[in-house]
Amino acid sequence: MSQQGEELDLRELDDEELVKQIQDDLYDGLKDEVEEGVRILLERGWQPYRVLTEALVEGMRIVGVDFRDGILFVPEVLLAANAMKGGMAILRPLLAETGAPPIGKMVIGTVKGDIHDIGKNLVAMMMEGAGFEVIDLGINCDVDKFLAALEQHRPQILGMSALLTTTMPYMKVVIDTLVERGIRDDYIVLVGGAPLNEAFAEAIGADAYCRDAAVAVETAKALMAKRHNRLAAGA
Amino acid sequence: MTETVVSSATREVVIGFDRPFVIIGERINPTGRKKLAAEMAAGDFSTVARDAIAQVEAGAHMLDVNAGIPLADEPAILAKTVELVQSLVDVPLSIDSSIVAALEAGLQVYKGKALVNSVTGEEERLEAVLPLVKKYGAAVIAISNDETGISEDPDVRFAVAKKIVERAEDHGIPRCDVIVDPLVMPIGAMGQAGRAAFRLIRRLREELKVNTTCGASNISFGLPNRHGLNAHFLSMAIACGMTSAIMNPLHQEEMTAVLAADVLMGQDPNCLTWLNRFREPAAQGEAGGARGERERRRRRG
Repeated sequence: MSQQGEELDLRELDDEELVKQIQDDLYDGLKDEVEEGVRILLERGWQPYRVLTEALVEGMRIVGVDFRDGILFVPEVLLAANAMKGGMAILRPLLAETGAPPIGKMVIGTVKGDIHDIGKNLVAMMMEGAGFEVIDLGINCDVDKFLAALEQHRPQILGMSALLTTTMPYMKVVIDTLVERGIRDDYIVLVGGAPLNEAFAEAIGADAYCRDAAVAVETAKALMAKRHNRLAAGA
Repeated sequence: MTETVVSSATREVVIGFDRPFVIIGERINPTGRKKLAAEMAAGDFSTVARDAIAQVEAGAHMLDVNAGIPLADEPAILAKTVELVQSLVDVPLSIDSSIVAALEAGLQVYKGKALVNSVTGEEERLEAVLPLVKKYGAAVIAISNDETGISEDPDVRFAVAKKIVERAEDHGIPRCDVIVDPLVMPIGAMGQAGRAAFRLIRRLREELKVNTTCGASNISFGLPNRHGLNAHFLSMAIACGMTSAIMNPLHQEEMTAVLAADVLMGQDPNCLTWLNRFREPAAQGEAGGARGERERRRRRG
């Protein structure tokens, strides 16, 4: 446990130990420590993309696994995500400069008529933790708002959330509109929310139903890899 | 003193200030219960029947009935569920749907004065649900959010609740027939969710003079030992003046919390409910203590 541990000078650690320590600090939600670790790796000449994937994304992967397995709980995941955000804030401008390949981009929102956003926020944070760039449109999003965001941000993934049986059919409205415009297959569409299930996701033409935030990240990664392979094969 | 009277064909239940806390059983709800959803969609109501009886035996004063199944004919299934449950148990029901047509289908077949779950402060919902509540002479649960979302500020939620209560009065529904749900948020994601709920419950009771209810288990979302947290939340909320909750009466810890809160708030005269529930059973062979085999004389009245 970090709070009982002795004062640790991150600078004394070699690269491998420091990366492990950053992962531990992420797990424990220690934002300042994560930021310091990220800065030290950069000072040592690490590429921003390498810091992102080997220290932060790998650290959040471990957090995700333990969240899924009931070892970590929501407040701890939020703390970890917040620490990740601290590290990302340092890396983001550098990543943009170096033109590193983004892991992926997601536009996410709660659909029209629905104002529930705790689950959606968790997904957004876990996706950011996994290294995705997330554009969160907030609550009560209509088709036009989703379309405008897709056009502006060009994400690979569209995520929609609904907590009510009355609002979840709106997901189909959005997907149908994408189909009409001939752009449905440009995106991986993920849906989630308490009243949904796999059958519903399939019926409305989504790519997957995600039961919780950890599943959303796993599904997003898996579908991104599949899509990458498909594009590579087609090219 | 505010009293909300709901009823079945044969039994009346009063939710009110200075009354024992009313437990509304939450189990008949296919949300998150895959097997139950599949059964109900296929017209198999055997689990519904078992859940109805078990919850009443466990001490539920009312039952919530929900048929929110994706891609199913919710109005028809909800009406069927209401009829079936009313044929099995005599407690009043809360008819629960976010689809107005389903609420109406449930109300049409309901015998007695139902509780409608729910209306929000959203303009469209207000004007769709309140006329139904009036038409069927029901009571209604008012959820304190509107188009702008669920405010983290308890005072904003109070203002939304006030708007709903006033609009209900415009529709001829008395204030005592509106039960406000202060919207309990997960404390694991919002550190002030408990305090916000307590503050709101107190204001709703003292200033708006309405009954309150809530889905208590929201408070513990994403945390371990949910029953422990739910139970303590319930007793603290009752101390602040909450008068009912939609909860699982089969959960021992939560039930103990509610019964204890009734004792501590002076709503369990002579602690009789508590005694009957928790008295250690006499050891075998002692035949029920010093009084021996004699049957306890029935209390008059």
